Amino acid sequence: MSEILLALGWIANPVNWVGVAGIPNRVGEHLSYSSVTVLIAAVIAMPLGVVLGHTRRGKFWVVPVAGALRALPTLGLVTLLALLLGIGIVPPLIALIVLAIPPVLAGAYSGIESVDRHTVDAARSLGMTEWQVLTRVELPLGLPLVIGGVRSAALQVIATWTIAAILPVGGLGRYIFDGLPVQNYAEMLAGSMLVIVLALVADGVFALVQKGVIPRGVVARQSASSSDGGTRRRLHAD
Amino acid sequence: MMPKNTSSRVGALITLGTVVVGLVGCSSGSPLSSSGNGASAPSGTITVGSAGFAESEIIAQVYAHALAINNIEVSKRLTIGQRDVYLAALKDGSIDLIPEYSGNLLQYYNANSTAKSGPDVMAALKNVVPSGFEVLDQAPAEDKDSYNVTAEFSAAYGVRSLADLASLTIPVTVGANPEFAQRPYGIPGLKGTYGVSNVVLAPVSDSGGPLTVKALREGSVQMADIFTTSPAIHDNNFVTLADPQNLIIAQNVVPLINSAKASSKVKAVLNAVSAALTTEDLVALNGKNQGDEKIESGILAKEWLAQKHLF
Repeated sequence: MSEILLALGWIANPVNWVGVAGIPNRVGEHLSYSSVTVLIAAVIAMPLGVVLGHTRRGKFWVVPVAGALRALPTLGLVTLLALLLGIGIVPPLIALIVLAIPPVLAGAYSGIESVDRHTVDAARSLGMTEWQVLTRVELPLGLPLVIGGVRSAALQVIATWTIAAILPVGGLGRYIFDGLPVQNYAEMLAGSMLVIVLALVADGVFALVQKGVIPRGVVARQSASSSDGGTRRRLHAD
Repeated sequence: MMPKNTSSRVGALITLGTVVVGLVGCSSGSPLSSSGNGASAPSGTITVGSAGFAESEIIAQVYAHALAINNIEVSKRLTIGQRDVYLAALKDGSIDLIPEYSGNLLQYYNANSTAKSGPDVMAALKNVVPSGFEVLDQAPAEDKDSYNVTAEFSAAYGVRSLADLASLTIPVTVGANPEFAQRPYGIPGLKGTYGVSNVVLAPVSDSGGPLTVKALREGSVQMADIFTTSPAIHDNNFVTLADPQNLIIAQNVVPLINSAKASSKVKAVLNAVSAALTTEDLVALNGKNQGDEKIESGILAKEWLAQKHLF
């Protein structure tokens, strides 16, 4: 308990709010590293997941490949890449993109694939092209799950960018790796607490976004069925 | 797989529980107890310990084999851990002898000591070692931090000593562990003792290992902190900068021993080993142990003793 108080004291100390090593700068660095990582992972994995989900192909290998990528130890990957590419920002960026891809891929795939077959068939029978089915039916309905994948990735990425501080990069991991060898446990604990807060805030933002992208019709139907006028309406729609 | 009726289900669970408890009972000792043989060595035996890194293990093996060759009973407890842990083991008698480094040991017992040179550090050390223990003769071999630059940098800027850095016009980045920002022999020392104004730390958490070496080689950093016994300095033709003001204090290899076990024969053996142990020896031993050949420390110890014709 006393360590937590010391850490809070460290955070409250105005000295730790100025300069390159100050909290605002480190949080800014950490956020920018994390956002770029999630963005690049989304650009790579989301189109792939959406296409696979729409064509309903690739179930056989998406799961094992995503699982295998998840199993790669990020610290080992950062070190290996740094040995190959040098002590810059690129090795941890690559390693963390690799970390972020599986959740985004899984979320995109399952979001599109989970849309009710009947709804998709109905759309096709109305004469919609595949592109229209994807953009007007599957994506709106599957968007919460797709965003859920990005949310999961963001959480992992924010937490894991701390590891990059074994190299001369910024971010909140600096507090942990700089504090450890001089046994400044207040600094280390403070750094960890800041990462946790950042991750929770990001999670909250994504949760709101997830709720906000549910199509209005779906929301209406959910509240209608819960007030038990809905059974007849559901039978009609099918 | 589970039987259908209740009584045989209970019976199966009881059997399973008994088997589990039996297997747990088979494991010897608590998982939290310290490693090493449970039985303590007979009283004439010297137990040699080592810290948790390869070089310490190699030197401990050298001590152990040297004593064994001279018909002194030894047992070994290697790779114990960090200084607080193995000094505690020394204090409670689990080990009797361990290889140490003069400067770090002195700073451990007296953080305010101002001794810097080899002889001064040894003299101060002899006074602060707790009673019941003593340090024997130190070896010429030293393993300490050192500032290194590439041969090209040294030639291009005429830098062969830390004193030459003050007159450099270009900014210098040092690749070293993060604690260098605060250690007296780190950035504060460069600025305070040698007047280097334009120096910045690039924190690389691998203690002068492959990442730091690569960064120095490729020019991501202009200087790097690499331990003097690392083969990387020689392998990459790095120039170790001279330290005329002894910013980095002496770190000679020295045996720390329980006085009760330090008979005159034991002392003679260990002092003979220390006299023959040089920094170049440690570089070569580290190279064979941690390089491509990965030769085990015990074998290296025997080879070194044979090669030196000490006994």
